[in-house]
Amino acid sequence: MSLLSVRDLTVKFAMRDQTVTALNGISFDLAKGERLGIVGESGAGKSITGFSLMNLLSRPGYIDTGKILFEGEDVVQMNDKRLRNLRGNRMAMIFQDPMVTLNPVLTIGQQMIETLMAHRKLSHEEARQIAIVKLREVYIPSPEERLEQYPHELSGGMRQRIIIAIALLLDPQLIIADEPTTALDVTIQADIMELMLELCQSNQVGLILITHDLGVVSQMTERTLVMYAGRIIESGRTREIINDPQHPYTQGLINALPQQTVPGQRLKQIPGNMPGLASIPAGCAFNPRCKYATDLCRSRVPEAVHYGGVEVACHEVQRLNSDEDRQEARA
Amino acid sequence: MSDAKTDRPLLEIKNLEKRFDLDQGFLETLKFKQGKIVRESRSVHAVNNISLEARKGEALCVVGESGCGKSTVARLVAGLLTPSAGEIHYGGQRIDNLPRAGMQPLRKKIQMIFQNPYASLNPRMTIRQALEEPVRHHYPNASAAEVRDKVTEVMLSVGVDPSWAKRYPHEFSGGQRQRIAIARALTVDPEFIIADEPISALDVSIQAQVLNLMLEAKESRGLTYLFITHDLSVVEHFGTRVAVLYLGSVCEVADTATLFSSPKHPYTRALLSAVPQLKDDRPNHIRLKGEIPTPINLPKGCPFQSRCAFADARCKSEKPKAIHQPDGSMVACHAVEEDRLDAVAAG
Repeated sequence: MSLLSVRDLTVKFAMRDQTVTALNGISFDLAKGERLGIVGESGAGKSITGFSLMNLLSRPGYIDTGKILFEGEDVVQMNDKRLRNLRGNRMAMIFQDPMVTLNPVLTIGQQMIETLMAHRKLSHEEARQIAIVKLREVYIPSPEERLEQYPHELSGGMRQRIIIAIALLLDPQLIIADEPTTALDVTIQADIMELMLELCQSNQVGLILITHDLGVVSQMTERTLVMYAGRIIESGRTREIINDPQHPYTQGLINALPQQTVPGQRLKQIPGNMPGLASIPAGCAFNPRCKYATDLCRSRVPEAVHYGGVEVACHEVQRLNSDEDRQEARA
Repeated sequence: MSDAKTDRPLLEIKNLEKRFDLDQGFLETLKFKQGKIVRESRSVHAVNNISLEARKGEALCVVGESGCGKSTVARLVAGLLTPSAGEIHYGGQRIDNLPRAGMQPLRKKIQMIFQNPYASLNPRMTIRQALEEPVRHHYPNASAAEVRDKVTEVMLSVGVDPSWAKRYPHEFSGGQRQRIAIARALTVDPEFIIADEPISALDVSIQAQVLNLMLEAKESRGLTYLFITHDLSVVEHFGTRVAVLYLGSVCEVADTATLFSSPKHPYTRALLSAVPQLKDDRPNHIRLKGEIPTPINLPKGCPFQSRCAFADARCKSEKPKAIHQPDGSMVACHAVEEDRLDAVAAG
């Protein structure tokens, strides 16, 4: 049985004059200890997916239909008490900006000990000892002193390590990390990525990594979902997706990276913008930006089909593969 | 005569320094130490003795991590900040000490593009007003029709639909706004563009669009760029020369191809190895110990010594000077100078 199984999840936002669909029937599975990447550009619905998994959506957003089975139990149907037990304890979340996640008026120690004591029957001293062990696990030097410090006294990299330590406090089975390294410098980002990889592997913790950075996904995850305008348009093993993407959007995204072009040459850009939620085009949402789009693409939403080692939601995937440019790009 | 002119770089930065005082007033500088009241003022050493040059038609990229002083360099060159010491020359003329009026003609030649297109356009001005304002300011004698024609021409050249002119910035996406910001910089026909992280706030597919636009403008208008970024893959693509900054000092300056094929400074090497690679799944980066020290009370010696695996006694006491390398790059590192780096790696 998989650790997490999402089925036909649809999330809507009730705005004053209309209801928009942010997630449109997404389904995926995550095995125990598996690392999954969710990539896409802003507005694709990747963060909403992360929030929904923990049932953290707040008004005007709501889960319209679908199931989120975590260890066989539907998160959507859980009452508040069950949810409190789920969050932090079995599933933890790491956000982009550590300064927003940490409470600025409490010391690191207070925040860690409070979390532990809220979930476990522990004395203050026992909780403190666990906090020190966890800080050591994330390579924080002199953890006893750090417990007495406030978030503003620490650097960005250090804060993100502490967030990871807090996420691991209660030994969850799954960590959802939403752009965990985007706000950090490259050298610090590399350290944090290595740390997360090491901790996930040694503790058999599942990871859902939400990011826009294909390089990060490539180094951190085993499987990847590519999202566009609230749908999963391509999914499969990360290696397959990076080396041989099938969906024109995924191809465009990878080809648009500067390292894919000879320096000084024009980058291969994708024309246009991601549509807003209120104006998602009929049929395949990518069709106005896609050079392969046909009448079928403009009228019917493509179903995911198995092709070339991945699942891809594109009507034209076969024709696209016989395309000359594409053959050339691969060679 | 004309040869001498073309030989001289368009932009020359000589021994530039910028300090920001933390203790502003007299009372703030008073400190109580060992039973006595002493005067002591602390300052952030944002830029320390930086020398750089950019030739006409070049795209000089300045890279580094947060706090390395790259944006301060951009602002100093644009004349938005006054240097604490050092000189900036543009086209043979010293520009860092010019009075306001003397700066006017240069503001037309040097334009700036900022990171956040949401903050750099006035929300209460229509696109037309925002684009016409700089033209009116720099060409006070131009007729309304001339101004309008100029703006329309620039809008077309950067892919901004002239029918957008009546709309306000909030009606556009980030990528479109950045296009408009670029159009605004180009309306006065500048020679030199300072771009401070112009694509960092944009999505990948939009980054490519904006970068292409900037490359096209460089070709068609013969622009010279000072491009500030933290993203090394963009540098490799866009830059002709690169300066790597660390804690307000230049570590290495080299042609882009040279820097990426044979980085010399230990920091440059660490920085390059830290970029997440798409196709190579072994994260094999050079781990740096510790974190960037604060630029208040800088350590003596090399600014990078606290994190450098090759640091020795000399690095702790003497600040390395930038030294010319056989391949044309400039590297400020004692270990490189003494040829200690590769000896250690080989042994």
